[in-house]
Amino acid sequence: MKFVLDEKKVAMLKECIAKHKQKPGPLMPSLHDAQSIFGCIPIEVQKIISEELNESVAKINGVVTFYSNFTTEPKGKHVISVCLGTACYVKGAKEILEVIQDLLHINPGETSADGMFTLENTRCIGACGLAPVFKIDEKVYGAANKDIAKRAIEEVLKA
Amino acid sequence: MITLDYLNDAKAQTQAKIKLQNHKNGFRVVVGMATCGLTAGAKEIYDTLLHEITAKKLDNIDLTPVGCVGECALEPLVEVIDHNGQKTTYCKVTAEGAKKIVESHLCSGNPVGEMTIDNFKKTDGALQQVRIALRNCGVINPEDINEYICYDGYKALGKVLTEMTPDEVIHIVKESGLRGRGGGGFPTGLKWSLCAKNKGGQKYIICNADEGDPGAFMDRAVLEGDPHSVIEAMAIGGYAIGASQGYIYIRAEYPLAVERLNHAIAQAYKAGLLGKNIFGTEFCFDLELRLGAGAFVCGEETALIASIEGERGMPRNKPPFPADKGLWGKPSIINNVETYANIPAIIIKGEKWFASMGTQKSKGTKVFALGGKINNTGLLEVPMGTTLREVIYGVGGGISNGKKFKAVQTGGPSGGCLTEAHLDTPIDYDNLIALNSMMGSGGMIVMDEDNCMVDVAQFYLKFTVEESCGKCTPCREGTKKMLEILEKIISGNGTMEDITELEELALYIKDSALCALGQSAPNPVLSTLANFRDEYIAHVVDKKCPTKVCKALIKYFITDKCIGCGKCKRNCPAQAISGDIKKVHRIDSSRCTKCNLCKQSCPVDAIILA
Repeated sequence: MKFVLDEKKVAMLKECIAKHKQKPGPLMPSLHDAQSIFGCIPIEVQKIISEELNESVAKINGVVTFYSNFTTEPKGKHVISVCLGTACYVKGAKEILEVIQDLLHINPGETSADGMFTLENTRCIGACGLAPVFKIDEKVYGAANKDIAKRAIEEVLKA
Repeated sequence: MITLDYLNDAKAQTQAKIKLQNHKNGFRVVVGMATCGLTAGAKEIYDTLLHEITAKKLDNIDLTPVGCVGECALEPLVEVIDHNGQKTTYCKVTAEGAKKIVESHLCSGNPVGEMTIDNFKKTDGALQQVRIALRNCGVINPEDINEYICYDGYKALGKVLTEMTPDEVIHIVKESGLRGRGGGGFPTGLKWSLCAKNKGGQKYIICNADEGDPGAFMDRAVLEGDPHSVIEAMAIGGYAIGASQGYIYIRAEYPLAVERLNHAIAQAYKAGLLGKNIFGTEFCFDLELRLGAGAFVCGEETALIASIEGERGMPRNKPPFPADKGLWGKPSIINNVETYANIPAIIIKGEKWFASMGTQKSKGTKVFALGGKINNTGLLEVPMGTTLREVIYGVGGGISNGKKFKAVQTGGPSGGCLTEAHLDTPIDYDNLIALNSMMGSGGMIVMDEDNCMVDVAQFYLKFTVEESCGKCTPCREGTKKMLEILEKIISGNGTMEDITELEELALYIKDSALCALGQSAPNPVLSTLANFRDEYIAHVVDKKCPTKVCKALIKYFITDKCIGCGKCKRNCPAQAISGDIKKVHRIDSSRCTKCNLCKQSCPVDAIILA
């Protein structure tokens, strides 16, 4: 998927950075805003942050690539996150991941060719009492199984 | 300006509302609306209750959203409390069930028997929880500061600022015996005193709310259900060590906790409980959130500091310790959420009260997150010294689906697996370390006879390899090599020499890695080797996985029960099955991908794992 730099979003980001600059340690909050505004932090966006914060692009790139929440590639329209934390793992999360992989023909970390879905393994989201758990965007599905995963994806496709 | 009198007035007013003092035969109805509750559909239940109560014009009901009640697997949860304090807990409430509760219980005073907790929870009821860190979770509305005040919220801060010196505060925390609840177990009072020794200048107090251990959600419950307890404790700690600025470093994977904390901080500022001249004293304290970004290593205190500073989250050499040289080179205290949650209670009820609970060297209580193959998953808080058996079989209700207990993992990826032989161990910091595990943050994952312990070791190691920051060679290269050996064993290509190498490597890494992530990464491997060596040997010598989990070592086999219907053949995605109609079919193992579709589709259960 090609990344397009939107002027309105650039203005939004610069406004956020101006706010964060007033306190010590502005880089991490600025990166969170960039990820939220653009959906990813490719080199073009890193350059903007570099200028605004007077930090080298190399430094910023090093920080972006360190943290798994920051991505340099755009994500799909819907993000499916399968929790592979311990409680979910021992209750069969791997099978749920596999059925989604088979349905959408993508591996964790990849986006489907039509740009509809990105599949991710997620870090534990703390709903271990309802293991195994997966999310589609912000909706959390607890006590999940392969059928629930299939149906959830079908519903998203219908909508 | 906030005063103690203001607190008392606010408390009295809210108490009247909560205890239904103005409503004859009234009820307080609370709905669990933390992450588990909301995931299970609690919002719809809350809305249904509100709709029914409004439609029936009931004016004697106080309907309130609350945080985590603790019974995560039984959500959505609704608790009805009458004016005598008698509580009825309803589980797995549906919209229809919510209507019944209003009709039968709220209108007519008759609880709906078939929906109460005794129908759902299998427990022998002997073990009583003692909720200190979780005292307000599931009890108060976390978005209403007045409900926090009602339960003595901010009373401790008022007492500390108007009646005590910083040294007196540190003394109380020391004498209480409180130890860090994040996993390290370092004495909290001692840590505070080491920081306070650095006189003058800027200092920082930080809350580690990164809670990265998979399977741990204790801190999430406190942050979502009782955020003010952390805010109050950090202000108290700031006063004690001389810090005017606090930061809560919270993982971005907890959006509800972030929202509730921000809301609570704004409320505290508005009420004058944060900011300038708190309680009319010279003490000023500012607090804000800083978000993590998906790096487990940032739960390590020096990596956390690096992250706030805007660096890659890589740990630093200690000494110097953060208490002397921390955030931006200034003396800093970092404590865990649960550690902080205990502080206001200790100030109000006293150090002797806290120290009267627990064991000789591990005082107070601990919150555990019980997960895995157990009947009652959820949170519990019990005194230190409670045994694993009491937790797993008492509160936990034993192993789910009638299976046999195999192991319990304590301490997350840094901990070890304990077996049946260890179940009567009293849980405390030192006992668990002696068993080659650790308390960790409190996550407890129960495993049963169907879990392969070699697979579990590989799972943990995959996690730590992925999360390794890469700075030091032992962790960066060593854990990767350990994982390669494990993968070799699981794929059926392992040798006895591999087991020896795995063990040696593990011990080297423990000794030489820079930070606790690397130093503890080998623990799951070492403890499974110690307690389940026979499984490793089966994988390596017999080329078998005793629990039939490791796919490379299992074979699908069609027995004589086969009726030749051909369903398996049609369903097989690898065309690995051959056979004629009405004749016993055969699987070609060299083509089989172990997808399990044949076994699932067989109408006569003729397919087994050999």
